[in-house]
Amino acid sequence: MLMTYTTETEEPLLTLDDYRIGFKTERGLAKAVDGVSLTLKRGQTLGIVGESGSGKTVLNRGVMGLLAARNTIESGSAKFNGQELVGENRQSFWGTKIAMIFQDPMTSLNPVMKVGNQVMEPLRQHKGLSKSEAKQRVAEIFTLVGIPEPTKRLDQYPHELSGGMRQRVMISIALAIEPDLLIADEPTTSLDVTVQKYILDLLTRIQKEQGMSMVLITHDLGVARGRADEILVMYGGHVMEHAPTEELFENMMHPYTAALFSSIPHLHHKKHTRLSPIPGTPPDIVDPPIGCRFASRCAYAQERCLTETPPMTYDGDHRFACYFPVKTPQGQEALEKNQKRGHTASGLQIRKGKVA
Amino acid sequence: MAGSGTAHLRTGDPNILLSVQNLVVEFPVARRTKVHAVTDLSFDIAEGETLGIVGESGCGKSTTARAVIQIPKPSSGSVEFNGVDITELSGEELRNIRPDIQMIFQDPISSLNPRRTVFDIVSEGINIWSKSNEDLTEDRVVEIIQAVGLDVEETLTKRPHEYSGGQCQRISIARALILDPKIIICDEPVSALDVSVQARILNMLEDMKSRYGLTLLFISHDLSVVKNVSDRVAVMYLGKLCEIGDGDLLYEEPAHPYTRILLAAIPDPNNKHSGNQDILEGELPSPINPPSGCRFRTRCPRATEKCAAEEPQISQINDRDHWVACHFPHLDAKGANSSDEILWPPE
Repeated sequence: MLMTYTTETEEPLLTLDDYRIGFKTERGLAKAVDGVSLTLKRGQTLGIVGESGSGKTVLNRGVMGLLAARNTIESGSAKFNGQELVGENRQSFWGTKIAMIFQDPMTSLNPVMKVGNQVMEPLRQHKGLSKSEAKQRVAEIFTLVGIPEPTKRLDQYPHELSGGMRQRVMISIALAIEPDLLIADEPTTSLDVTVQKYILDLLTRIQKEQGMSMVLITHDLGVARGRADEILVMYGGHVMEHAPTEELFENMMHPYTAALFSSIPHLHHKKHTRLSPIPGTPPDIVDPPIGCRFASRCAYAQERCLTETPPMTYDGDHRFACYFPVKTPQGQEALEKNQKRGHTASGLQIRKGKVA
Repeated sequence: MAGSGTAHLRTGDPNILLSVQNLVVEFPVARRTKVHAVTDLSFDIAEGETLGIVGESGCGKSTTARAVIQIPKPSSGSVEFNGVDITELSGEELRNIRPDIQMIFQDPISSLNPRRTVFDIVSEGINIWSKSNEDLTEDRVVEIIQAVGLDVEETLTKRPHEYSGGQCQRISIARALILDPKIIICDEPVSALDVSVQARILNMLEDMKSRYGLTLLFISHDLSVVKNVSDRVAVMYLGKLCEIGDGDLLYEEPAHPYTRILLAAIPDPNNKHSGNQDILEGELPSPINPPSGCRFRTRCPRATEKCAAEEPQISQINDRDHWVACHFPHLDAKGANSSDEILWPPE
């Protein structure tokens, strides 16, 4: 892999080690993030992919310290710039070191405050700019993110702007103080494809210019592929697979990643191509299964998968948590065995080599 | 696009189930100003066919769907269903035709009554319309609930909030199927669902279509989804039709500049259109005061003065099922057809 991004001496910007977040519920502890380890190098983009409920949003809100403390239990280690975050108050990082863009630009802006003032807030608060200096800076940022007529837009309220424009305002707020790390949580999910392309291009460009690191959370493997240096696949609070982007798409090792990829309709498929959905439902995170979290929906599952949690296997930069990875001899053997007996170890029916 | 015309209609074909001609939907906003949501839109659907409509927010695709089922009635134009212009029908006549045209909405949870059991929700239509005895109607409800993959026993006591989003969408589909409709209008039926669930619902729609001989009008902003389910695809922009034709053909050789830009924007790793560097400049014009001529011209990389002066009419490409409304369509892979000087920005 390319070694141009980091040098040996440079420590990663963000390091998570066995990071866990649990929510206290009536039924018990909901383990939303269950032992995630990762490193984010400076200037790089990490894509986090997973379905709803996989823990990708909770992970990042946890790192940001945005979860309600009274019913959240955070453990493990999360280091930002070498500084431990777990157990610390992270408010001093907000808007200075780490910035965040949320999914829904409609509800994350203050509806009764002019957008210009919302972008000026961090500049005045953290950079100590005067009102007129801040206003001028906002106009510059608006130009940078492609908001036409910036001086006019400054005095508008969020409801006067379209969805794409609001997301550009959100990005302006996040970028105003030139953060080290930008967490973008589904930044384009509610936007049209052409606007999505514009916003993603914009984020990529600004990231290069400012040299910041980015965490891009998305459910769309296509979005992650085009924008991330590395991709982390999450499922049921666990890391399933993590690899440099091209490596991941060329050698999908985890059955979950492969299943997720083949369930999407692709543009190059002919019309009426039969899709391969993932059977079953996501695991219960309050009372998760003992073995692999994906075992009950996996076509490769063997008896072992139901009783033992697969450890992380490392293959260079590529890591995955599976006993029977796709395209390996043991994976093939497991799949053929399941096909022969017509069901997996968890009882999932398999027909004609495909999951029923 | 932004074109009018009816050249693409298969007039005289006996298999045409739904034919929409010169549909106009306008909403008054203030004195003498109107939102031109859909303007002069024509399309037809043959029996057993799926027509997909794609376009970005605000292009009028949902309005079109609603105008077809007459909620609200269109401002002008005709909607011929089985040879009957249903815009002319009133009250009881319209009510009698409704069982044949059913609809599935985007948000599966909020489109179901939260206070009723799922079995009740599914069986309501047939209880109102059925003339046969109770046992037969109940058999029918059980059959449909099983067909969409739900447990009948559970539906007797459970209410919609006890089901997941994907299951609620199955309930919506069961509710639409119960009256044995001829056509189902699906307005973004999978947009709110996770990808793995989306695949299941799309497969199920295909199964139901072949099992019950359905015709579908499928509306979505997701071009990959639309390609997967549709026989023919229509692309809309600002209340008008840009391009319509066979799905594979339209995605393989998009002729309208807008279709090409839409396709290029899709973040699909195998997107062969992603090399197209054209991007959509500016904002969507206001539908209250849409641009003259071609409605797409203010953002079109190929626009000339002709586009402002004259509205393009729908015309056929290469004698195939592929129709485009553009003065300067991309007619081959190189996209070289525009002889006029390209002026940017237009006007």
